[in-house]
Amino acid sequence: MATAAGVFTNTVFGFIRASIMFAAIGTAGGELGGYTMLHAATYVWLGQALLAPIEAFGTREVSQRVHQGDIAVDLLRPTSFLGLYYSQKLGRAGFLILGRGVPPLAVGALVTGLALPEDPLSYLLGALSLLLAITVAFLADMMVNLAAFWLVETRGLTVVYTATMNLLSGFLIPIVWFPDWLLAIARATPFPSMIQTPIDTLSGRVPPGEALGLLGVQLGWTALLGLAAWAMLRAGTRSLEVQGG
Amino acid sequence: MAEHSDADRPVSTARMVAMLYGSRIRSQATFRTSFLADLLGQVLIVGTEFLELWVILSQVQTLGGMTLPQVAVVYGLGALAFGIGDMFFGEIDGLSAQIRSGRLETLLIRPVPLLLQISSLDLSLRRLGRIAVGLAMYVTALGIAGFSPTPATLLLAVLAPLAGALLFGALFTLAGAMQFWLVDGREFANAFTYGGNYVATTPGAVFALPMRAFFTFVIPATLIAYAPTLALLDLPGPALVPTWAGWLGLPAAVLAWVIALMLWRAGVRRYTGAGG
Repeated sequence: MATAAGVFTNTVFGFIRASIMFAAIGTAGGELGGYTMLHAATYVWLGQALLAPIEAFGTREVSQRVHQGDIAVDLLRPTSFLGLYYSQKLGRAGFLILGRGVPPLAVGALVTGLALPEDPLSYLLGALSLLLAITVAFLADMMVNLAAFWLVETRGLTVVYTATMNLLSGFLIPIVWFPDWLLAIARATPFPSMIQTPIDTLSGRVPPGEALGLLGVQLGWTALLGLAAWAMLRAGTRSLEVQGG
Repeated sequence: MAEHSDADRPVSTARMVAMLYGSRIRSQATFRTSFLADLLGQVLIVGTEFLELWVILSQVQTLGGMTLPQVAVVYGLGALAFGIGDMFFGEIDGLSAQIRSGRLETLLIRPVPLLLQISSLDLSLRRLGRIAVGLAMYVTALGIAGFSPTPATLLLAVLAPLAGALLFGALFTLAGAMQFWLVDGREFANAFTYGGNYVATTPGAVFALPMRAFFTFVIPATLIAYAPTLALLDLPGPALVPTWAGWLGLPAAVLAWVIALMLWRAGVRRYTGAGG
């Protein structure tokens, strides 16, 4: 039931977003910033499909466990903390791609049509890019959660993070439509690696040669954020004090 | 004896409402830093939402036949109306958690109307952020877009945000009432509440005819901000949303509330409890 409801809502939002982009492209004379109607439709439906597996609205589980002290149990487990949550995330993402990602894509393909990549290599690179996008999103979200070691209330931070991510990741509108200054800001953050890159790679809008470079950027962010999250966890664990026993 | 009879006297509804909302406001204003962070977060969300429209309008001259100042009027008015509606009724869709856990009984046995309790319990002041930004944008954009006030349009300018807020309130209540049947369908309701907000803050002419019809006659989202903006700025409307439809917000809100309250009552009657 919850999945069906999610898919329905996701699809309604897809139609609203597609309408806005179509109107803009129509006014511009059929093409805007390299996007035709079909490209825009593909961009919107892939974006809606990725929303759930990326968990673009952020998670709060770890921060709540820090506040309640349950984190101590996680730290005692004989597995790596980040590895534990990463494998959980991958499992969830797998289900969410099938359950929540594929249906809106199917609706999109039926109603507006999708621009499919010409080069079969795009599918392979797209799948890799998707995995990296989920990893980068996981690490960034984990860092927001781990801030709970030092902050009493992280809701404000989560809200700010989600709003920034929605805009700079290229979820709302393609980042190439941004004015130059905003594009420069977006490119300097890991956010485009979470949504814009997998969409561009999967849809074949970016040819495989160029996509390889984008995947490199994703890898770079994975390494950087992975290190940062690990450092935060280490520092946080040292200063952590759990009451009771 | 005088004291005794005074304590026995039932509290008037107005006093009860003031007490309920007052306690909520005091409790939220207590944690200043947290409150400010929440408020800023709300402002940021509104900002990024509008940036989407702004970026598009930096690429093309008009969107749905409207220029940037005109779109800003639509957006500001929609955000203001949604902000007010959301503040009073926004958490009502969280009812599904209370229904599933059976916690609704606690509220049902209190001698206060259920809807009033839920509305006051979840009154979230941080939504003032959206209201403030929406109001500022609405007023400023009206000035830039060349609003020429007459008594009639001035009345509409004041009435429109309130009618819109009422409409959103009805949509939230409908969404809440639906939870009695759907139980786990919170996200289903989001399509109409948050989706309605998305549509309301967008020039209605961008939507293809079937969608425009749905969001005008079934979920009257285009009547919240787009139609009033047409009437305020005296712009011609697209098919299905003529300029005079700008005045239909209030009647639509009344109709929506009648349906919402009927469904709400039916829902509460249907509720049998899940706890022990």
